[in-house]
Amino acid sequence: MARVVVDVMLKPEILDPQGQAVANALPRLGISDVSSVRIGRRIEIEFAGAADPERVREIADKLLANPVIEDFTIQEVAEPAAEAEAVPAGDPA
Amino acid sequence: MSARVGVVTFPGSLDDGDAARAVRVAGGEAVRLWHGDSDLHGVDAVVLPGGFSYGDYLRTGAIARFAPVMESIIDGARGGLPVLGICNGFQILCEAHLLPGALTRNSHLHFRNRDQWLRITATNTAWTNSFESDQDVLVPLKSGEGRYVADQATLDELAANGRIVATYQRGNPNGSERDIAGVTNEAGNVVGLMPHPEHAIEALTGPSLDGLGFFTSILKHLAGASA
Repeated sequence: MARVVVDVMLKPEILDPQGQAVANALPRLGISDVSSVRIGRRIEIEFAGAADPERVREIADKLLANPVIEDFTIQEVAEPAAEAEAVPAGDPA
Repeated sequence: MSARVGVVTFPGSLDDGDAARAVRVAGGEAVRLWHGDSDLHGVDAVVLPGGFSYGDYLRTGAIARFAPVMESIIDGARGGLPVLGICNGFQILCEAHLLPGALTRNSHLHFRNRDQWLRITATNTAWTNSFESDQDVLVPLKSGEGRYVADQATLDELAANGRIVATYQRGNPNGSERDIAGVTNEAGNVVGLMPHPEHAIEALTGPSLDGLGFFTSILKHLAGASA
């Protein structure tokens, strides 16, 4: 089984009003040294067998991202078993 | 025999009923088309109505673009079939690459629901030939992702070739590039429009009767084509 992560981001020249709204909220947390926030989307795909890079690229280019306004990157990642060892964020223990 | 104009219903379409009614009020026959049926039932033109097809999941119009009915509409549009996409329909046409550019979140992040003045800036399309050049019309606008964007070269080309069909007047409601409310393809058979002419066809419910012009235009276009 192969696991592939596709990250989709708005192209740099496309206005990201959601990112701006988040950046504008940060001072309320007392954080004043952030100059920019941009929001994207992470998509995890699992293949039953091996991942064919060409097919992953086709999925990303034709459906997951709109190349008119977005860029994407593809990375194959290790088996999800590694997740079990991850410590949940904010766990008081 | 009156012209047959198809109106597609996707899961999440909202304005298919009003679009079909607008076709009938203009004097045409409205034919309801289903997203899962690739058969266009011999219609002479197609309206892709507003709404939130497939819940706007992923991106507006991104999933609808792959519906069986869309494969037939894309083929037809490339062969000259007139297609009008309103609001979500405009978003679908951009996702299907029948129209250039894309529609993104309003720059101020607020949903805009208001009666909106537009200027009809191209009257040589299948859907706008009943209007006077530079005629101002009042139709409802209701969208959260209505900001039209495209790269500068595309915007220049649209402007130079008269492919900007309508522009926002008396204030840009969503941050659209060059105040664009609607565009057409090179052939003029495919038009995308963010505001809703189908909601401005009767005095009882609309702010004007101006929207009817889009539907009388297509009937006039089809009558001319068959004559």
